[in-house]
This record gives sequence, structure tokens and C-alpha cells, in this order.
Amino acid sequence: MSALRAGVRGRRPPVAGRPSQGASSWSRTDRIGVAACWAAGILLCLICAAIVIYMLFRGLQYLTPKLLFSHPEPNLDQSKSGGFLDPLIGTFLLTTIGIVIALPIGVGIAVWIVEYGRPAWLARAVESGIEVVAGTPSIVLAIFGLLLFTQPVFGFLSFTAAGNAVFGRSFFTAGAMMSLIALPLVVGATREALLSIPSHLREASYALGKTKAATIRRVLVPGARTGIATGATLGMGRIAGDTAIVTILLGASLQLSPTGGVPILKTLRGTGSTLTSYVYNNSPAGEGQAPQKAYAAAFVLIVIVVILNFAVDLIGGRRQKAGRAK
Amino acid sequence: MRSSRSRRLISGFGTWSDQRAERTLGALASTVLILILGMIVFVFAKAWPSFSHNGLAWFGPGGNVDVQLGQIFKSPSDSQHWVYTMHAWPLLYATALTTVAAVVLGVVFAVLASIFIVEFAPPFMRTVLDPVVRLLAAVPSVVYGLIGILVLVPFVGNHVISPHEQSSVAYVVQLTGASLIVAVVILTVMITPIMIAIITDALRAVPTGWSEGALALGVNRWRVMWTIVVRAARPAIVAAIVLATARALGEAIMLSMVSGSVAFAPNPLDGFLFFLEPLRPLAATIVDNAEGLSVPPFAQTIYAFAAVLLVSSVALSLGGWAAKRPMRRFGVRL
Repeated sequence: MSALRAGVRGRRPPVAGRPSQGASSWSRTDRIGVAACWAAGILLCLICAAIVIYMLFRGLQYLTPKLLFSHPEPNLDQSKSGGFLDPLIGTFLLTTIGIVIALPIGVGIAVWIVEYGRPAWLARAVESGIEVVAGTPSIVLAIFGLLLFTQPVFGFLSFTAAGNAVFGRSFFTAGAMMSLIALPLVVGATREALLSIPSHLREASYALGKTKAATIRRVLVPGARTGIATGATLGMGRIAGDTAIVTILLGASLQLSPTGGVPILKTLRGTGSTLTSYVYNNSPAGEGQAPQKAYAAAFVLIVIVVILNFAVDLIGGRRQKAGRAK
Repeated sequence: MRSSRSRRLISGFGTWSDQRAERTLGALASTVLILILGMIVFVFAKAWPSFSHNGLAWFGPGGNVDVQLGQIFKSPSDSQHWVYTMHAWPLLYATALTTVAAVVLGVVFAVLASIFIVEFAPPFMRTVLDPVVRLLAAVPSVVYGLIGILVLVPFVGNHVISPHEQSSVAYVVQLTGASLIVAVVILTVMITPIMIAIITDALRAVPTGWSEGALALGVNRWRVMWTIVVRAARPAIVAAIVLATARALGEAIMLSMVSGSVAFAPNPLDGFLFFLEPLRPLAATIVDNAEGLSVPPFAQTIYAFAAVLLVSSVALSLGGWAAKRPMRRFGVRL
């Protein structure tokens, strides 16, 4: 009956696939709504597919092993300007420094908020402070970092020019600011994990005569391990993808340029570049003008991000399995 | 084995007394809080000369920002004669324009797409879309910028803008393809996955009893989603808008790549050309002018831009924090 009516009025449901049997009896606004949903969903698929396929195509087209394993050279001739070994090392270095700083601080803060949280107003202030860090644009963090680390006190972290002018740009300073980007993610994930640990585990530990500090160290932090790992991995992804801090706080040198004489410290005190700044500088917006290399580096960057995402899934999947076993 | 373990336990008792642990962790948390307050104070202290020399005119229109920046950069080394004149309206306008346009487009799209993913998508699409959306949210902004500057900008420049249109405004601004529309499109693509991720989580967290009850009363699936589930998830939508706005506001690299990097205020009265005119938001201005930070008055002006961004993002974060709180009723923690 209803189908007949629809046919008589010449009104077909404007949906790509009919959502259910009764769709023909739906009012017009409902059908428009469903159609809009389908349109949005299909557009989303198309955009995703376009980006993924385009970057895959360009990346495989331009990426060669030689690019991955040769140092970049400042040369206008693209056949001589080398690859992006140094930016690749820079990305790994910066990600490591950032997460090494962010992880203990983030876990500590999350533990304090969840397990102690006294006085309450301070806990609330810290929580909203973390939100503020999460919302602060990385470009603002970058130039705040420049302001902070060009103070003479922090001269040991970077290159000091003649006349005691502190340069303020190095792997140390950039990594320190990067840790602020990862911090909210680590705190958030750790806090969720701690909150999801049932309180009887804590009570059992207290009943065995353990102090609160020992409970945190032996029961709660190990229990929150997967959550902490998820937060750290998300944070690493965020650090690896950030450009603003790199362009401002890591100096603009294409190669790793060490400062001082101590073997590892000299690299960390020196300037360099990462894949993100390499992509930026080789795009038409920078000076490099080598879109092929920018595509190749962007492809490597996406692969790193995908691997990190996959790692998050793997960690999360293990947690789910563990949850089911319980 | 066992004895070493118990020794470790005992040493744990010794070094980490309860009170000391609380105090250490509390001090750590307070340090971060102090760092944030320090950031706000530092940036404002550095930016103050630029604000105080211009007064409220700093926020107003007048003159060409690029020319003003050039004059500030060339100001004499004598601190008595530093130039501070800055009327930053075109930058503020560009920031507001790109952010609002991208967020409005993005939120409509994200709500519809989230409903699609949660309710109407066939299972195979759902399993594909979930990870892909998260991947898109994690793609670095410089990659979006690269696609924009190498694909969309040349396309708009060569196929959308006609030579006639280019010559008609050549005496005011050059139309190269880097434009408002490209900036907004890419910004929308960038922030939508973040919103979709939050909104789908919230839609899934709405108790199924509510939607099942409505379905049992004969309400159709669309109405159930629209009038019950989406409505219950409103706080999450607000939180998603806030997060996306913060992201769009602070996006520097991508916008400096595709927006044309000209401090021009697109004029809505230009009709269709409005969408093709270049602009430059605050964050992109900071990136573009980072080399000038060694000149004190110039640096102070740049820090003034940063201060404006910082105030907006702090306000947004606190707003978002407040908006997220009602969601905890459903046990959703974002």
C-alpha cells in the first residue's frame, strides 16, 4: 500500500541504499536526513581513498633506497642534493627525547591526580592546566620555547655565540617543547587506565599491608601499562608529525650540526631537521623546490604514523583480550 | 629469586615513603601548572610594548600589515625610535574566517558522517572507516599542506581563476590559486576526522536502552538517531567543536603553505572572487616571519600575535573542559 502510494506520487526514496524495509513510509525530511548521512559517509570514503591512494602512488613513484640512506646536501641541482637520512635520524631523535621527558612526568601527574588529588582545587587546576597545554597551538609553544631557552641559564642546552648570546635552538630545546605536546596524551591515557582499575585491587593491596606508594608502584602502574603505552605511542605520533616547533626551535640546518665535543651530547645540543621540516622546505613554500623529494619524505612520514597507529591498535587489542580473559 | 624480589620490595618501602611520594608527585604536577602560568606571563610581558604603543588600534584595520611589518623590521637600533605601528585586523579577520568556515563545514559533515558510521553504514564500510578516520586524524599537517600546495593550489590557479579575473584585480592583489577556498577545504579535511572520532565515541556511548525504547515505540531509525542519540551526545559535539576550533586556530604550517601568505583581507563584496583571494592567519604569520625574531621590536610584535592566539586557545580549552564534564554522566571520558 505504502509502496503503491509512493509510486503514484512518483516519489522514490532518495537514498543510495534503502536503510530498512519501512523507508518508503518515512516522511520526506527523514529521507533527506538519511540521504545526507549516506552522502557524507560516501564523501568521507572518497576523500580518504583519494588521499591514501594519491600519497601511496606519489610515494612509491619517488621513493628510492638512495634517498633514504644519503645525507642531504645544500645544492640547487636536484640530482646532487642528496636524500633525507639526516631528517630521518632527526625525527627519531626528537621523538625519543620528547617521549623520554613526557613519559615519567605524564605518568607522575596522572597518578597524582587519580590516587592523591589533594587538595581538590589543585587537582582540578592541574587537570585544566593539562587541557590548556593540549589546546595551545604548537607554534605558540615553539616561540615560548625560544623565549625560554635563549635565557642565559639554559645556555648549556644549545649553541652559545660570541658575546654570550644563547642560540636557543637544539634537539634538547625542541625535544623539551615537544614533550609538552605529548604530555596531555600520556596523562589522559594513563588517567583512564588508572580509573578503570577496579578499586578492590587497591583494597587487596592495602589489606596485605602495603603502603599507598608501594601499591602505586607494584599494582597500579603495572596494571595501567597498556594505557600508558597507548598514550606514549599517540604522543610519539604527534611529535613525529609536528612542524612548527621544528622549524623554529631546531634551527634550519639541513644536516645534523653538532655543537661542542662530547660525542652524543654534541648532536643533541646541535641543530638539525626532521622529516616534517624537510617536507616543508622542499615544497614550493620553502626554498628547496624539490616536490619529488617532498613527496617521498611525506610518504615515509605517513608510514611512520601508520606504524605508530598500528602499534596503538595492537596494544589496545591486547588489553581487550586480557579483559575478556578476566 | 624470591629473596631478591622481596628485597626490592623492602627497598621500595624505604625510598618511597607514602608522604614523600605524595609530595613529589604533587610538586611535579604543580611545576607543570607553574610552567603554563609562566608561559602566559612570559609571552604577555614580551608582547606588551606592541599592544601598549598601538592601544586598541592594534586590533583595528588600517594600512597594509606586510608594509607595517617591514617597517618594524627596519626600525633603527636605538630603542627610543623603534617602530611599533601595527593594525592587525586583516590577520585576525583571516584567522576568524578560516577557522569559522572550516569548523562550520566540518561539524555538519562530521555529525552526518558519524551517524552514518554508527547507524547506517554496512558492516564492511564500518570496519574500514574506523581505522581510516583515526589515520586521517593522525596525518601530519605538513602532508596536508603539501597536497594542498602541489595539487589544489595549481588546480585552482589554472582552471578556476580565469586570466580576466586575475587582471581585473591585479592592481590590488595577485590571484595565484593559493586562496581562502583552498585553505578552508584543507582545514576542513584536517579537522573533520578529529570531530568524527569524538562524536562516534559519544554516539556509541549513549545507552542502547534509550534508542531501543524509542524503536519499540515505532520511531524510525533516523528519528531515533536525530532526536535521541544525537541530542544525548550534544556535550560531545560541543567538545568536538571546541577541540577542532583550537586545532584550526593554531594551524600554522599548512595555512602558511596554501593560504597565499599575503596579509590581505578577502572582501565578501567581491562575489565569487572572495573565495579565490589570498589571506594569512595569525599562526601562519608567525611561521613566515620567524627569521625576524632577532630584531627586538619585530619579535615583540610577533609575540603579540602569539599572545592573541594563546588567549583564544586558553579560553577554548577551558570552555571545552567545562563542556566535556556532562559527558561523564554516561561514563564517557574524552
